[in-house]
Amino acid sequence: MKMALSVNDLHVSYYGNEAITNVNFTIEKGNLVGIIGPNGAGKSTLLKALLGLIPIDKGNIRICGKQVYETRKKVAYVPQRNDIDWDFPITVVDSVLIGTYPKLGLFKRPKKKEKEWAYECLQQVHMEDFAHRQIGELSGGQQQRVFLARALAQQSDLFFLDEPFVGVDVSSEKTIINVLKELRDEGKTVFVVHHDLSKAHSYFDQLVLINKELIECGEVESVFRPEVMAKAYKDQFSFLNEVGINV
Amino acid sequence: MIDFIEAIGQYEYLQKALLTSIMVGIICGVIGCFIILRGMALMGDAISHAVLPGVAISYMIGINFFFGAVLTGVLTAIGIGFVSQNSRIKHDTSIGILFTAAFALGIILITIMKSSTDLYHILFGNVLAVKPSDMWLTLVIGIIVLLTVYLFYKELLVTSFDPTMAQAYGLSTKMIHYALMTLLTMVTVASLQTVGIVLVVAMLITPAATAYLLTDRLWIMIFLSSAVGVISSVIGLYFSFTYNLASGATIVLIATLLFTIAFFFSPKYGLVWRWIKVKRKRSALAD
Repeated sequence: MKMALSVNDLHVSYYGNEAITNVNFTIEKGNLVGIIGPNGAGKSTLLKALLGLIPIDKGNIRICGKQVYETRKKVAYVPQRNDIDWDFPITVVDSVLIGTYPKLGLFKRPKKKEKEWAYECLQQVHMEDFAHRQIGELSGGQQQRVFLARALAQQSDLFFLDEPFVGVDVSSEKTIINVLKELRDEGKTVFVVHHDLSKAHSYFDQLVLINKELIECGEVESVFRPEVMAKAYKDQFSFLNEVGINV
Repeated sequence: MIDFIEAIGQYEYLQKALLTSIMVGIICGVIGCFIILRGMALMGDAISHAVLPGVAISYMIGINFFFGAVLTGVLTAIGIGFVSQNSRIKHDTSIGILFTAAFALGIILITIMKSSTDLYHILFGNVLAVKPSDMWLTLVIGIIVLLTVYLFYKELLVTSFDPTMAQAYGLSTKMIHYALMTLLTMVTVASLQTVGIVLVVAMLITPAATAYLLTDRLWIMIFLSSAVGVISSVIGLYFSFTYNLASGATIVLIATLLFTIAFFFSPKYGLVWRWIKVKRKRSALAD
């Protein structure tokens, strides 16, 4: 097994306000990993740091043993749905085609080969019937599937998804998690920022639990223990203590 | 109308005016699409005003106004970015502060030069007075703009649609932003003669917005937007010539008329068709 991602002594702040401090973990290839933690724990910040979108104050991130900027084209990213302008004049298949841009490089245009590949990726998420719709005409779950198809089109080794199950219907959620599991079985590494703890157990192989700092990282069973979870969520659950339930 | 066509055959100044207007219609239409899709309409207005001090300085030291205009336009764009990124001032506030400052400076510089007729033409355009050198300048700018958009179409598309993904795969969204600002400044300079500083923003936004209501594909939007720009320019020039009106005003009003038609009658997004669809649906349900 080879390392997919190793994070060493990571510190990130916004204008000097600490967002995450001293985060260390490593993930091996071929894992489906959930990044979980309470609201404001720095999940999205961690994701942005891993993608090289924000500067880091200290520490080291290695993707497949290399620096982030060296491996940008091996990484696919699915943004949160509300980060996208859904009125943009673009069709479903053309937005998937964007996934082929990183490998095309400057000046080259997507040709027939790329277009067929985009269509195949749409088929994998069962969205081929909507290929020529404007993206805003889709439901939330369908939009998320299209963006997953775009990530597939990138033919990456690592996938990062930011809250892909928010506002998504049950059948889309099923399609998405199945595609992610297939990717994992092909030896890809998939990271999902996720906040719904009830599903975390059945979806992921490994969990990275953070709350400003790393609480625990490892197999789902080793993270999903009461004493570990309580550490991350103690502030959220303080009301339970008040009514007499001891967490 | 026939008089106008005959006059075009007859007078060279009118031919130059027509060619210049067509080119301006095309490049404003193309750049305008990216401006409105990135939510930068106000930025378009700002940059167009910010070229004024550059134009004044160029006249003072006797160089082509293109260089001064691009310089102050781009400097203002950088200044706007700098203020909004390095303070709690929001982007639109930063735009408002810096472009009015540049514009005010420009007014003072031009007043010092004591040439009020020039100011009038710079502000409101006078396409019928286009000099050959202006026409060639517009042509060169047009070629640069169209070539850049053609070559970097992919990058412009992805940074407009999903800048985070663009950044994640290694594109410098900042560099592309400032490159677009430079193109915007050049387009503004080219438009000075036809529509003038005050109304350039209309040529950038109105044709693009019209096209936006008519299609769901970016490349079609770009072509439609250019077409609206060209039609407005030519018809506007006709009215300007025939009734001796300021060309900027006539061109912009024609563009607005085309926008109004699209607003009500666009097949997919027009108000009238939407209304008819709702009516039909409701009466079908009532049966």
